[in-house]
Amino acid sequence: MLKQLALTAAASAMAITAATAQDSLTIVSWGGAYSESQLKAYDEPYTEKTGVQILHEDKSNQALAGIRSQVEAGNVTWDVVDMLQSDAQRACDEGLLVEIEFDEWLAPAPDGTPASEDFIEGTTGDCFVPQILYATMFAYNTNAFPDGGPKTIADVWDLEKFPGTRSLEKIPQKNLEWALMADGVPADEVYELLATEEGQDRAFAKLDEIKGNVIWWEAGAQPPQLLADGEVTIASAYNGRIFNAQVNEDQPFEIMWDGQMFEVDGWVVPVDNDNLEQIKDYLFFATDTQRLADQAKYIAYAPARESSVPLVGNHEATGVDMKPHMPTSPENFQNAVRFDVEFWADYGDAIEERFNAWLSS
Amino acid sequence: MTDAAVSPGMGLNQTASKSAPLTTADGKPLKAALRKANGRARRNALLLVAPLFVFLLFTYTIPIVQMMARSVMNPEVANNLPNTSAAIGDWDGEGLPSEEVFAAMAQDLKNGGRSTIGRVAARLNTDMPGLRSTMMGAMRDADEFQAPFKEALLADDDDWGDPRLWTLIKRETRTITPAYYLRALDYEYDQAGEIVPRPENLQVYRSIFWQTAWMSGLITILTILMGYPVAHLLATLPLKRANLLMILVLLPFWTSLLVRTSAWIVLLQQEGVVNNFLVFFQIVDDNDRMRLIYNRIGTIIAMTHILLPFMILPLYSVMKTIPPSLTRAARSMGATPLRAHLTVYMPLTIPGLAAGVLLVFILAIGYYITPALVGGEGGIFISNLIADRMTGSLSQLRLALALATILLVGVLVLYWLFNRLVGVERLKFG
Repeated sequence: MLKQLALTAAASAMAITAATAQDSLTIVSWGGAYSESQLKAYDEPYTEKTGVQILHEDKSNQALAGIRSQVEAGNVTWDVVDMLQSDAQRACDEGLLVEIEFDEWLAPAPDGTPASEDFIEGTTGDCFVPQILYATMFAYNTNAFPDGGPKTIADVWDLEKFPGTRSLEKIPQKNLEWALMADGVPADEVYELLATEEGQDRAFAKLDEIKGNVIWWEAGAQPPQLLADGEVTIASAYNGRIFNAQVNEDQPFEIMWDGQMFEVDGWVVPVDNDNLEQIKDYLFFATDTQRLADQAKYIAYAPARESSVPLVGNHEATGVDMKPHMPTSPENFQNAVRFDVEFWADYGDAIEERFNAWLSS
Repeated sequence: MTDAAVSPGMGLNQTASKSAPLTTADGKPLKAALRKANGRARRNALLLVAPLFVFLLFTYTIPIVQMMARSVMNPEVANNLPNTSAAIGDWDGEGLPSEEVFAAMAQDLKNGGRSTIGRVAARLNTDMPGLRSTMMGAMRDADEFQAPFKEALLADDDDWGDPRLWTLIKRETRTITPAYYLRALDYEYDQAGEIVPRPENLQVYRSIFWQTAWMSGLITILTILMGYPVAHLLATLPLKRANLLMILVLLPFWTSLLVRTSAWIVLLQQEGVVNNFLVFFQIVDDNDRMRLIYNRIGTIIAMTHILLPFMILPLYSVMKTIPPSLTRAARSMGATPLRAHLTVYMPLTIPGLAAGVLLVFILAIGYYITPALVGGEGGIFISNLIADRMTGSLSQLRLALALATILLVGVLVLYWLFNRLVGVERLKFG
């Protein structure tokens, strides 16, 4: 019996070494429900098709620092990394990432549109393949507002009509855009204004109005919790988290889609990787039209390819139709603002300092 | 130990009987045999500490030296704009540089790829926001640039006509820079290259350093005020009851830091236990619940609780050794209870108190997770900013390293001061 056990153990150990030697990929992502959706939509079908084992690491919140230290140490073990577009751009600037040849590496849409034209405009990067589009927007607890909740960004600033504490993410990104919108700036002029000293002054002055009534969150899991606890009445949050609370936990939350800021999350490939052919093969499979649409069955983030949008179906666990929950669905998308990665690459460091100074003053 | 104690005596004997040197039983000179035995003992001792020494070297000394080195590194401009760096050396800094420098820049932009120019653009952008786009744009157009290059670059983007850009490039061609330390102390270079304070709305690090220090000091004082009576009680109660109390001190000490911090969130939040209690007894109004967390108060309460055992334990171990007969003797000679306590008992507890102060203050000053979770916007420590910058761009990483180095040096200076005032050899940790 013991001998048999030892033999099985040895055999499986050998199988594992064999797998890591050639037929495996290390994929870094965010963990939780998001990694789960990638596992179901991309990884399991890919392993089934090719036999390649996928190893997962949940390190995406440290992705930039992690890739940098691996490249510097000359020991790159991450094959594909899931990263925010803004971080991907910084990493690409620093020469840490492989530049992507979209039409050569990736599958065209079913109607033959080349990959480079199929992704939603402004979401691709030199080293970045977009995967999902998610929104950060305001959500509120309906118990707090029996006569109807806020409808516009200006309402979020209206403490008299909609009393209660707000929760905002503890970063300047998105908050400054919203502050200007609440101050009456049209969505398409926000970034132009924010690039000026006066625009920044105006945004911070607007934030001053609610500063005393804000709890700042740092992790995506916090805003649904703060809303559920009644600590705050309105919170900025990722749409997938609110969907999860609404559908899986039956929380009385409502999303206010006005002024939603959408951005993309996607794949990057660190440089100095000797596994590039394998990686390309995975990316070709995992970012095709059907795979991206499949992911929306497991999480309320929208596929980043135009051609995937009509293929979005029902939520796997509850059967809810996912289309109305997509940030890209027409009625949700009316006053949507694209998070401007270029702007924040230029002004991010300086504004972050000002934001920190403002917070602690 | 015995060998060392004996050897001087032997040396004396030796000089006394110069004619016949002492030998061991097998005829070797005693001095040599002794040296050999001592040497072996020292080698053995070294071998025993070697693992620890190597461990500290690799996990502590080398990383810290690396951290310090990287906080002053500045290779981006010199390495990635080689022609410009060479040409701009002759520029006197007045107006705009010559055509020669513009031509060198055009050449560098043409030669450099996405990542070469990306690196230098990201570096320069930290000092001049917006420069990144200017440089990346010019890199994409570089193949079309024709002489005269000054006009070509200016036509590509007006920013190339800003003398500040060229002053910045000239200054940052040096490969070692104090720029990140200046930034970490809220200073910067002005147009003339003088070091000046940053604009007030961008100053953040000095005030957070100061806040870290005073909040750590306050937390230390609070742990003394709360810990001293508890330690005294523990040391004077009969053993059976003292043990029970001791468990109450140790149980939270053994509980995970995160659990204790989260427990404070449950207690202190606006819909939390404390506020519910106050509302129930109508001490505060339901619509006017107190903000006890996500601010400085939250950080101070949670950290005082978490660090309290570090004060109580060394105090207790010292108080346990003070004979009660000393205070009784003072009382018998006419001292009031207060005076006996102040002049006899308290001075004897100073070694424990000083150890507690050192432990609590130095632990507090580097605290990260508790202020991050309950500090909100006002109650953060410098480590929170360091951790935040650590995950950002390369320049932000270097800034984080400079901040961390300043924190390290600050702690060492405080330790040195403390040593001068109290004397570390007097400390008793338990």
